[in-house]
Amino acid sequence: MSGRLGGLINAILSRALAVYASLALMYLLLPIVTIAIFSFNDPVGRSNYAWAGFTFDNWLTLFRDPTLVKAVGTSLRIALVSTLIATTIGTLMAMALVRYRFRFRKAIDLFVFLPLATPEIVLGASLLTLFVTLQIPLGEVTLILAHVMFNVSYVVVTMKARLSGFDMRLEEAAADLGATPWQTFWRVTFPLILPGIGASAILAFGLSLDDFVITRFNAGQVQTFPVYVYLKVQKGIPPQVNAFATLFFMATVTLVALGALLQRRRATLKQ
Amino acid sequence: MADVDVRLVNVTKKFGDQTAVDGITLDVSDGEFFTLLGPSGCGKTTTLRMIGGFEQPTSGLIELKGEDVTFLPAHQRDVNTVFQSYALFPHLTIFENVAFGLRRSGIKGGEVTRRVGEALELVQLVGFEQRYPAQLSGGQAQRVALARALVNRPAVLLLDEPLGALDLKLRKQMGIELKRIQREVGITFIYVTHDQEEAMTMSDRIAVMNKGRYEQLAGPETLYERPATRFVAGFVGASNLLEGRIGSEGDQWTVTLPSGSTIRAPKSLGDIGATGAIGVRPEKLSLLEPGQESKGNALEGVVVDTSYLGVITQYVVEGAGGLRLLVSEQNVDRTTRNDTWRPGERVTLTWRPEHGFVVGDAVGA
Ligand SMILES: Nc1ncnc2c1ncn2[C@@H]1O[C@H](COP(=O)(O)OP(=O)(O)OP(=O)(O)O)[C@@H](O)[C@H]1O
Ligand SMILES: [Mg+2]
Repeated sequence: MSGRLGGLINAILSRALAVYASLALMYLLLPIVTIAIFSFNDPVGRSNYAWAGFTFDNWLTLFRDPTLVKAVGTSLRIALVSTLIATTIGTLMAMALVRYRFRFRKAIDLFVFLPLATPEIVLGASLLTLFVTLQIPLGEVTLILAHVMFNVSYVVVTMKARLSGFDMRLEEAAADLGATPWQTFWRVTFPLILPGIGASAILAFGLSLDDFVITRFNAGQVQTFPVYVYLKVQKGIPPQVNAFATLFFMATVTLVALGALLQRRRATLKQ
Repeated sequence: MADVDVRLVNVTKKFGDQTAVDGITLDVSDGEFFTLLGPSGCGKTTTLRMIGGFEQPTSGLIELKGEDVTFLPAHQRDVNTVFQSYALFPHLTIFENVAFGLRRSGIKGGEVTRRVGEALELVQLVGFEQRYPAQLSGGQAQRVALARALVNRPAVLLLDEPLGALDLKLRKQMGIELKRIQREVGITFIYVTHDQEEAMTMSDRIAVMNKGRYEQLAGPETLYERPATRFVAGFVGASNLLEGRIGSEGDQWTVTLPSGSTIRAPKSLGDIGATGAIGVRPEKLSLLEPGQESKGNALEGVVVDTSYLGVITQYVVEGAGGLRLLVSEQNVDRTTRNDTWRPGERVTLTWRPEHGFVVGDAVGA
């Protein structure tokens, strides 16, 4: 009797869990799905807020507004360059912080964390002050510098977690077998931390592409994708923006899925 | 006399104010199976890591084949290590793991394939080339680690408790295999273990370590028959130590126990020093009915415990003054355990003086 009751409770609970999980997923996906749906909207007038009919036009005229195309290009370029720089510096910093005991290590650990905890608007404003004081003209260079700054923090935090699980004996084993420190890094350390580096890079890329507050302060005349969208709010955001946003989302999902797939294949190979 | 392969001169290693290795001096000959044996924390791994180049001595000198390598980095030493945790590269196949060292020394193509093949054959893992380390059992991983080191034909192979992660049966089996491989390839092995049985079965010579130094360096037989210190007597096999007032009678040491009985051991067994003792292994003792003729040394006592262990029967005998002695007798004439001595029975313990051993003053005390 009580066994059957227990079974019933279990069934209800697991059903409830499924419902809960789908609700949570919907909560996360709904805004994105909305954006994707409205990329197929045929809006009346300038604002793309009310559904007015289905069309492929926005996708076919994706590159119609040269300002938008240029903004997307700028965003991608800045994201790519700042990700490359931040991932490299961040990975090396994380390695130093995890492996070596040196003066000011604790302090550096704290400083690295600061940009994550400081309100973005404060960071943006103070960076602007810095650039103006140093008389560095605002533009793509200052944007890249700014993005590298906050991305380094994210990379260091992610990579530190990954590296603390790294078995140092593997590097000793490589040295034992005659590998120079350089060979040890490229043949043993790097391939093993590559998944972590990939994850950090995707994170950094996404954060850079997405950043508005810091970018707005330090962009000068340069328009990135988020800045473009912001400036268009008054006059109405063209539906091509939705199409681009959908593209970005699809690209990210593909990248993450690809990464997961690669890791899974490697794992099954090894099982 | 074979050439010296590894020489340690007064090697000391301190971590902060803690001394892990305390002035070790020793020579390991070419082709020898040399073992560092000792309890946890006595400095075995640290000694091995200094020979391998992963740790630098605080003071002292390390030579390989007559060349000073004290401060030479690990990748430039003609020494390979089998790590306790194996440390196989998880992202490389077994073939690439074994080939790693060969490729680093610039060997290419067919030569690599041939030598990896030979090494895998030696450890009986042919057919595993394309697997990954995660697809191996503990014993197989251990053999890959061995092949990965041996394939480079180093002058010296260092092994840090390589069998530690295996179960007892596999450990014994792998121990025999290790010894076979060592004889086949003729490379000097420096082997670290805390398992005295493992050390005894494989080694040519053993250094018994305690607190950063070794107390005795000798072959397995000498360590067992003539342990030089109390520590060695207790760590290598079981033993009975008889403590008391030390004296000398002609060519014999005497120890007068608190109970008043005096036992003897020939001086040729070693120096008893000022604080030493006479010892005797459990199987050297015979149990007699009280009053029977003794073999030289004799003590009266009462059996307090009897354990039948198949090959032997083990007794604990309590003598006068609370002295407890361990005795083991082979079960040759017995077919059932009813023929053993029973707890409560009075017995005479006896052994010939030359079957005992003499421990001297403690090392470093
Ligand atoms: N990197 C280190 N930093 C500080 N102390 C250390 C370090 N490595 C070893 N020690 C200390 O040195 C002593 C000897 O250590 P070692 O690892 O050589 O012992 P061991 O004989 O190999 O023991 P086990 O059988 O447990 O492996 C220990 O007291 C240990 O705590
Ligand atoms: Mg150890």
